Amino acid sequence: MTEYLLILVSTILVNNFVLVQFLGLCPFMGVSNKLETAMGMSFATTFVLTLSSVCAYLVYTYLLEPFDLAYLQTISFILVIAVVVQFTELVVRKTSPLLYRVLGIFLPLITTNCAVLGVALLNIKKQNGFVESILYGFGAAIGFSLVMILFSAMRERLAFADIPNAFKGSAIGMITAGLMSLAFMGFTGLVAF
Amino acid sequence: MGLLTRSSPHTKQNQSTSSIMRWVILLCIPGLIAQTYFFGWGNLHNVLLCSITAVLSEAAILALRKRRIGFYLSDYSALLTGVLLGIALPPLAPWWISVIAASFSIIFVKQLYGGLGYNPFNPAMAGYALVLISFPLAMTSNWASPTTLQENFPSVQQTLASIWEIENAPDGYSGATPLDVYKHEVKASTYEAITSQDIFGSGIVLGWEWVNVAFLLGGLGLLALRIIPWQTPAGVLLGLALPAILFSSNPDQAVPLSIHLLAGATMFGAFFIATDPVSSSTTPRGRFIFGLGVGLFTYIIRTWGSYPDAIAFAVLLMNFAAPLIDVYTQPRTFGHNKAKRGPKAKV
Repeated sequence: MTEYLLILVSTILVNNFVLVQFLGLCPFMGVSNKLETAMGMSFATTFVLTLSSVCAYLVYTYLLEPFDLAYLQTISFILVIAVVVQFTELVVRKTSPLLYRVLGIFLPLITTNCAVLGVALLNIKKQNGFVESILYGFGAAIGFSLVMILFSAMRERLAFADIPNAFKGSAIGMITAGLMSLAFMGFTGLVAF
Repeated sequence: MGLLTRSSPHTKQNQSTSSIMRWVILLCIPGLIAQTYFFGWGNLHNVLLCSITAVLSEAAILALRKRRIGFYLSDYSALLTGVLLGIALPPLAPWWISVIAASFSIIFVKQLYGGLGYNPFNPAMAGYALVLISFPLAMTSNWASPTTLQENFPSVQQTLASIWEIENAPDGYSGATPLDVYKHEVKASTYEAITSQDIFGSGIVLGWEWVNVAFLLGGLGLLALRIIPWQTPAGVLLGLALPAILFSSNPDQAVPLSIHLLAGATMFGAFFIATDPVSSSTTPRGRFIFGLGVGLFTYIIRTWGSYPDAIAFAVLLMNFAAPLIDVYTQPRTFGHNKAKRGPKAKV
C-alpha cells in the first residue's frame, strides 16, 4: 500500500512530468491560455494517459515479449496511443460537443504528447507490474493536470500584467514555467525513486 | 488616477504603498537585532548588500523601460525585497550569493512581469530558492553557529573577511542549522541526546528561539497596524502545527512542535514572507487556504525533503496555486445571493 502511495507522490510531485522531467510541454504551453480549456484538456489527457499505459502494458507483456518483439515497442506504443486517442475523441464528441469544439486540434494532438509515450516507455523501463503501471500513468496524468490547471489560472492573470513587449505571450509563459519548476525542486528527496 | 468620479462607499485608507513598505521594513528591525546579537554582523551586511543590489537592478530595468525611476523607486518595494532577502540568506554566505539572489529577484521575478503588483511569485523567496538550488553547499553550511559566537564574537573585519572571501579569513564560525541537525540525527538518536548538543543551548534552540520571537513581535506589530491580514499567518502556523501535533508527538522520532515553530524561518515566513499582498491570494478565505498550504508544505519538505528549511519552497508552491485559489474563493458581492466562483465566473 505504501509503495502505491509513493508511486503517486513521486509522479505527481517529486518527478512531475511537466516541471521536473519536461515532458508534455506542447499542450502545457499551447492550451493553457484559458482555465476552462485547460481543465477539459486535463480531463482528456488523464483519461488517455491512464488507459494508454494500461494498453501499452498489456501489449508489451502479452504480445511483444512472448514473441521476442521488444524492439518494436516504440512503434507499437504509438499505435496503441493513437487508437486510445481516437476512442477518446469519439467519446468526447458524443458526450460534450462543446468541449470537442473548444479542444479542437489539441485533442488529436494528445497522440503526440510526449508524456503519454514517455509514461508507456518508462513503465517498461522501470519494469512496473500491472497495478503499478496504472498508478504510474494515473499519477503522471494527475501531475500534468495539476500544473496545467494552476498554470492556466496564473496565465489568465498574467494577461493583464504590464509585461515588457519583448516578453509578452509565450516568453513570459516559459519564464513562469521555469520559476514553477524551481518551486518543484523543493520536493527533491521526498521519495527516493 | 483621479479621473473617475467615484461612487460610494467613500472609505479612505490612509496607507499608501510606500508607507506600508516602510512599516514592514521598520518592523523587521527587532528580528534583525536578534539575528545580529546571536549570529554576528553577517545579516546586517547582507541586508545592506542585497538592498543596494535590488535598488540598482530595479533602477537599471526602469531605465531600460524608460519609466520614471524616482517614482517607482520611492515605493520602497525593491528595498523591502532586498531587506527580506538579506535576512533570509545565511549570515556568512559569500558576497556573490547576495548579489545573484537580489538581482535575480528584482530583474527576473519582478520586473519581467511588469514590476510591483504584477509579479506572481514572491521575488525574495524565488531569489532565495535559486541560490539554494544552485549553490547548496554555500547556502547550508554558512549559518553562523551561535555558541561559537558567544564565546568569540567575530569583529566586523572578520565577518567582512569571510563574506568577501579575503585570504586568511577565520574558519570555524559556520555550520548547519539546528533544524537540519535535528532532522538528520533524529533517526539514530533521542531527543535528549540531540538537544544536549551545544548548538541547541539550554533553551529550545539557542539563538533561533529569540530570533523567531523577535519576528513574531514585529509580525504582531504588522497585524496591529492592519498591514497584513490575520488569515495568512494564522493559516501558516496552523498548517505547520497540526501535522506536527498529529505526527510528531514523540520527539525521539520526529522534529517536535516547539522546534518547528521556533527554529528556522517559521515566524519570519509566516508574518513577513507569506503575507506579501501581491503574490499571495487576494480573497480573505483564499488567504487562509494559502497560509494552510504554506504551513503544510513546510512541514512536508522539512520532514521528508532534502533541504534544511522549506519556507521558500512552500511559499513559491502556494504562489503558483494562488490564482486558482482566488478563482474558487471569490467572496459574495453586495447585492448578490451567491458568490460567483469557478472558471466561468469572469470578473
